[in-house]
Amino acid sequence: MLDDFMMRATLAGIGVALAAAPLGCFVVWRRMAYFGDATAHAAILGVALSLALSISVFAGALFIALLMALTVNLLTGRGYAMDTLLGVLAHSALAFGLVAVSFLSGIRIDLMAYLFGDILAVSHLDLTVIWGGAALVVALIGWRWSALLTATLNEDLAYASGIDPKREQLVLTLALAITVAVAIKVVGVLLIAAMLIIPAAAARPLSRTPESMALVAAGIGSVSALVGLRAAYVFDTPAGPSIVCVAALIFAALSIAGKVRTSTQ
Amino acid sequence: MSLVCVDDLSISYGAKAVLSHVSLRIEPGEIVTIVGPNGSGKTSLLRSIIGAVKPARGRVTRGSNLRLGYVPQRLHIDPTLPMTVARFLALPGGAARTIIDGALAQAGVPNLLNAQMSRLSGGQFQRVLLARALIGKPQLLLLDEATQGLDQPGSAAFYRQIETVRRDTGCAVLMISHELHVVMSASDRVICLNGHVCCEGTPEVVASAPEYRALFGSGTMGALALYRHDHDHGHDHHHDHKETAE
Repeated sequence: MLDDFMMRATLAGIGVALAAAPLGCFVVWRRMAYFGDATAHAAILGVALSLALSISVFAGALFIALLMALTVNLLTGRGYAMDTLLGVLAHSALAFGLVAVSFLSGIRIDLMAYLFGDILAVSHLDLTVIWGGAALVVALIGWRWSALLTATLNEDLAYASGIDPKREQLVLTLALAITVAVAIKVVGVLLIAAMLIIPAAAARPLSRTPESMALVAAGIGSVSALVGLRAAYVFDTPAGPSIVCVAALIFAALSIAGKVRTSTQ
Repeated sequence: MSLVCVDDLSISYGAKAVLSHVSLRIEPGEIVTIVGPNGSGKTSLLRSIIGAVKPARGRVTRGSNLRLGYVPQRLHIDPTLPMTVARFLALPGGAARTIIDGALAQAGVPNLLNAQMSRLSGGQFQRVLLARALIGKPQLLLLDEATQGLDQPGSAAFYRQIETVRRDTGCAVLMISHELHVVMSASDRVICLNGHVCCEGTPEVVASAPEYRALFGSGTMGALALYRHDHDHGHDHHHDHKETAE
């Protein structure tokens, strides 16, 4: 079964969707969308490094994504606004990454594969890494769920309950770096933030509690992966962007349905 | 034994000193109110008690396993975050349905269990915050201007609720308030803060203290002067107090 490249691609897409759903909800609730984007863009530098050092792309991307996320965590609130800081760090890392890749003579690199993903080329090993990473992210967020939620609502409420909001922020940062690293192969660095945000945002009108929003987001993400891959196969379109297109269409449909429902009430 | 013991506490943000040499104790079952102009360090004091601010000097000692209930000054819930009252009350530890029902009844809003937080009125929202603070059966309830945004009957009703809660549960209450008439009627003790403890004692003692009058004036029980103070963000505290006295 796993010898079929379409099957592997589908499983890879669903794996990423499942990890991205709960994390994406926090990204939306905490207004960290740009943070996700920035971490993902920086990961291209990690790709360049890992190719230069002949280590696994996953390890390189994870390392740089972590470094980036921790740096931002450390520097926020010290003179620059968060979005300025992210803009500087993310785009510098992306630029340095692109320049670094150009130095890598002798290796023919298909940069497009890292910018937009190459889900149809997912190997058995990739699949293991993706599902391992996804399981880690889901376990991490599941473990800290209530504390994360409290810290997201209000930092002082968290402190009063004996929760350190900075530690919870670190948990999210860690989960984000892992998700970015495993999602590069699937949707590429430019579209990772879309997999985080669009399913979560689409799930909002259908949800009454944080938990249901995360579950619905996981469903929407998985359906997007399934339908997007099928569409890519039928119409011969790039797979990663096709998945994101389906998610965006679901978002649009649910938003309009939600608006219509509230206005007719 | 005191619930909270603040000992020679100083707090500064960068170079700016917010509190210096503040010492106070909170005893079981008492209602203590902190008054003071804007920027006088009231919220910083409360935040240091919940552990959100690190003291620059001195220390805050909480009784071992002290159960805190905290009602923040304001709570903004992002519209993208769906949250029912029931789910909110169960954060972070999870709570049994009977405890949640009891806390809502105690806070005076028994029938809101399935409402979305975003649909609540200002008064309901504050009471739900109070209910959440009561879930853990607190020994000390901390309220930071919990009636902000409520009209006067609303805030009077809210503070009556606090007294009822104290009567029923025996918890101590430490609150920040701008509303002096409330301070007068409900508090056992008032602490007047302006970067340091200006004066403290029973409401009557504080109201007649020269330090207090210097900050808030003496007409209309200080309520009008206090109101004026609210808009005076650049309040400059002088130790002789004469300049600001009315």
